[in-house]
Amino acid sequence: MEQLKTIGRELAIGSHGGWGQSKEFLDLVKSIGEARSKAEEDRIILREVESLRRRIAEPDVPRRKMKEYIIRLVYAEMLGHDASFGYIHAVKMTHDDALPLKRTGYLAVTLFLSEDHDLIILIVNTIQKDLRSDNYLVVCAALAAVCKLINEETIPAVLPQVVDLLAHPKEAVRRKAVMALHRFYQRSPASVSHLVSNFRKRLCDNDPGVMGATLCPLFDLISADVNSYKDLVISFVGILKQVAERRLPKTYDYHQMAAPFIQIKLLKILALLGSGDKQASGHMYNVLGDIFRKCEQSSNIGNAVLYESICCVSSIYPNAKLLEAAAEATSKFLKSDSHNLKYMGVDALGRLIRINPDIAEEHQLAVIDCLEDPDDTLKRKTFELLYKMTKSTNVEVIVDRMIEYMINISDNHYKTEIASRCVELAEQFAPTNEWFIRTMNKVFEHAGDLVNVRVAHNLMRLIAEGFGEDDEGAESQLRSSAVDSYLRILGEPKLPSLFLQVICWVLGEYGTADGKYPAAYIIGKLCDVTEALLCDDTVKAYAISAIMKICAFEISEGRKVEMLPECQSLIDELSTSHSTDLEQRAYELQALLCLESQAVESVMPLDASCEDIEIDKNLTFLKDFVQQSIENGARPYIPESERSGTSNVSNFKSQYQHEASSHMLRFEAYELPRPSPAHVIPQVSVPTPIADFFPVPETTYNSETSQASKLSSVADASSAAHGIKLHLDGVQRRWGRPTYSSSSGPSSTTSTEKTTNGITHIDGVGSQSRDKLNESRRQQPEVSAEKQKLAASLFGGSAGKTEKKATSTQRAPKGNTRNAERPGVSRSVSPETSKEKAAPSVPDLLDLGEPNPTSTTIVDPFKQLEGLVGPTPVPSPLDNSVKTSGLETPDLMAAVYTDLPPSGSSSGSFTSTTRDMHSADKTSNTATSEPSIKKGPFPQDSLRKDARARQVGVTPTGNNPNLFKDLLG
Amino acid sequence: QIHFVILISRQGKVRLTKWYSPYQQKERSTVIRELSGLILTRGPKLCNFVEWKGFKVVYRRHDSIILVILNLYASLYFCICIDPDDNELEILEIIHHFVEILDRYFGSVCELDLIFNFHKAYYILDEILIAGELQESSKKTVARLIAAQVNVTERCVSLAF
Repeated sequence: MEQLKTIGRELAIGSHGGWGQSKEFLDLVKSIGEARSKAEEDRIILREVESLRRRIAEPDVPRRKMKEYIIRLVYAEMLGHDASFGYIHAVKMTHDDALPLKRTGYLAVTLFLSEDHDLIILIVNTIQKDLRSDNYLVVCAALAAVCKLINEETIPAVLPQVVDLLAHPKEAVRRKAVMALHRFYQRSPASVSHLVSNFRKRLCDNDPGVMGATLCPLFDLISADVNSYKDLVISFVGILKQVAERRLPKTYDYHQMAAPFIQIKLLKILALLGSGDKQASGHMYNVLGDIFRKCEQSSNIGNAVLYESICCVSSIYPNAKLLEAAAEATSKFLKSDSHNLKYMGVDALGRLIRINPDIAEEHQLAVIDCLEDPDDTLKRKTFELLYKMTKSTNVEVIVDRMIEYMINISDNHYKTEIASRCVELAEQFAPTNEWFIRTMNKVFEHAGDLVNVRVAHNLMRLIAEGFGEDDEGAESQLRSSAVDSYLRILGEPKLPSLFLQVICWVLGEYGTADGKYPAAYIIGKLCDVTEALLCDDTVKAYAISAIMKICAFEISEGRKVEMLPECQSLIDELSTSHSTDLEQRAYELQALLCLESQAVESVMPLDASCEDIEIDKNLTFLKDFVQQSIENGARPYIPESERSGTSNVSNFKSQYQHEASSHMLRFEAYELPRPSPAHVIPQVSVPTPIADFFPVPETTYNSETSQASKLSSVADASSAAHGIKLHLDGVQRRWGRPTYSSSSGPSSTTSTEKTTNGITHIDGVGSQSRDKLNESRRQQPEVSAEKQKLAASLFGGSAGKTEKKATSTQRAPKGNTRNAERPGVSRSVSPETSKEKAAPSVPDLLDLGEPNPTSTTIVDPFKQLEGLVGPTPVPSPLDNSVKTSGLETPDLMAAVYTDLPPSGSSSGSFTSTTRDMHSADKTSNTATSEPSIKKGPFPQDSLRKDARARQVGVTPTGNNPNLFKDLLG
Repeated sequence: QIHFVILISRQGKVRLTKWYSPYQQKERSTVIRELSGLILTRGPKLCNFVEWKGFKVVYRRHDSIILVILNLYASLYFCICIDPDDNELEILEIIHHFVEILDRYFGSVCELDLIFNFHKAYYILDEILIAGELQESSKKTVARLIAAQVNVTERCVSLAF
């Protein structure tokens, strides 16, 4: 060892002396070291890279020089600069026969190249040769490179040789070969699946280093498939026993611990094998007990082993004695002064309370200290612990704490996480509706742009449907309290978009419901929302729809709606908006205002967001019309599948496209929008485009949709229009449908919602266990009263409180099962299960707010128009706005006509609309049914109904077919 | 499993980086910047662990939280990024293990040794960690291997030059 030291020192000094590196390089390193700023450093390195680029390309660079260049390149790359021009030289250097150069080459390539780099293929051959070398150092260098560079494709090229090396006389080679196989397993499990027996064999290797290395692949294998390795339990326990009894060579000792790293690895493996297996766990109890007894508490590594033992004990089949020992070790961690140990203690506690929740109670004050610690890491870990131990009794305190913390951090990643945890806990354990709404408001206010959009939809639906109770009074009370709080919150200067959407929706639906606020007041507020600085199009759409609803409710109540000037200017602004969605909504509102109260009531029924709607999926009402058109000489509809075959060009293209898509990367340019003759038959092709266009709920796509539909309405106008239309068509198919299904998928019918509604679950079940905590809680006099109060609320509340909660329980079955589970006995799984359970519940709650309807409304009229548009189709943006009016009354249409600049075509489309309506209402189910064509049967049906139901609020076309009969018939 | 090892100086200068999981060059710079911002500002008495989110890519792959272990040696921070469920104290000791071996090799190592001989530090690291796992926990074995390599190198040097 002394000798090694001297050598090392000599080398280090020697390099200063210059045999290893030139003066130049030393100067470079020095100037970098002295650089004052990152910019200066970058300048120096850039200069260096330039000079290297020049010199490395010179012919006949001496090998020694080249080695230094390569090292300098490594240096440049390490500091974050691109040295890719030199990669090939590093690859060449691996071919060198001299070991130092070869090692430098390998070092450089392992640092430079990622596993999918193109140059790797050039190294494989060298690696193959080196793996066969007589010099074990060469083999070692090659194996190190294998671990880093060999990818899935090249594994077969070196696999046999690596397997042979498992029997190499040098243990270092065997060890690295094991690690290389482990890497292969990680890259592609199938490639080494037949070699598993080799790992088992190496477990009995004479050399402890090889044995220790073998534990790595075995750990992976066992976590993938526990049951095939149960037979090894005895061996692992035997090894651990020997290690703990110091049977390994002294060189493996580390800070007076016997081979701690091997112990830790073994403990991890045992935790996997013993999980939920009483018999296997039985073998482990003895040795684990030994480890607890022998473990050094004074050294860091001893604590590492101890912590791993706690993890193991909490994972295997519970044993009272071991749990006691683990709890004791945990409490030592928690009481330690070291933050590291406290951190580990909090983590260990989180594991132990899964088995026995009572353990937490003893450490409540320590936990609260951690929660109030200035160390952020510790704080977050403690929040994780609190999250695990949340019950209905302490949810208020915990969530309040979390929100308080959330407000004060700037780390978006963690903010998102803690916000979603708050939402999850609130949904699971909310004690009252008011509290729930208040909590959600806070979360939205402070992390609104970070939470999942579903949470917002969920909230809207909750407010719409109440909490699954049949108590009308409570529901309306909930709504008015929501309205109250939102009106108050609107005073805040900056609110996240998502939150504003919720507010607009709720104000629109229920703002005037309790008669507390006059319509004008609410409308004024909504107008204010749209004027806010950060108001995006989605919020505007929500706001204008809300205004429309309020107006509709007013009109149907027989009251006169007075148009506020700001509202009028909003409508004016939006009706010239670039967003066709907003534009349409504005025109819809204008049209609605001209209707009589009875019509309005049918169009926009009060509080109808939860109603079901019948849908005619087959568009039967269009049959007559289609028939008529065909008789008049229109071409019959050709299904899309047949259409692609109509032209060779498109055929070829689609084939080409298919080929291209099979590759990972596309190197060709995207093809131009292709003119396909297929779509030159818009006359009768009514249903298909609808199918294409309907399912676009996202507002982002709305503009496209409406554009597309507009185009399709004038499809036969010109070939140019065609090209574009087809292009968009493709867009729709690629993006539109999945979007629709993804967002509508999780929503559910009103009927199912009520039961799956995760939000409302509260439990009273937790109370017993908590009462126990209560009893045994010790008061420590030196602790401040405030802390004790906090502790009390976290770890056990007053009995009276519990009672109250229990009675206020009004939850769906799912909630109850979950609750029963948490405090119940089957601890070992509860956090996981609850998480799993929570996950599905979130999608269930999705409420498709307004955006969805929009897309529908946009589509409908055009589809109808499309069929009928006569010889003078005009692509007027007014088209869609007129839709509503067109549907209502001919009078209205006339009115609109006069209003609008008579752009020839619009008249055409109008008439066509009405005609369409006429033919349509024969079959009674009008526009509403179109979207359904796209929808499949299955459970989705119900979801759709729900989606439909939402729509009612906005879609005048949708709701009431009879209306049209009245109006038009 | 270890995702990367970074050595940074107290001034935030990179002294050594080793990536065991794939990161693009750009991601690497971001990682280093973010981590040095996070780690260098921490007080001395706080935990040696930091929960850190990196790029989207990063935290998706590891299911959000990654723990970074840091340690202060000779004004250098050794940072090792691991999965959330790994044993932090163990990693802390792996760092120490590495430092002890460096110490033996250089004879009470200092930052300067690592600056001028970073490639040697790489060789040593490669003998301790491979593919993100600890491969050898015996200091003696590692030292012997490194000595053998040094001898060969010297022989070659004396032969060739």
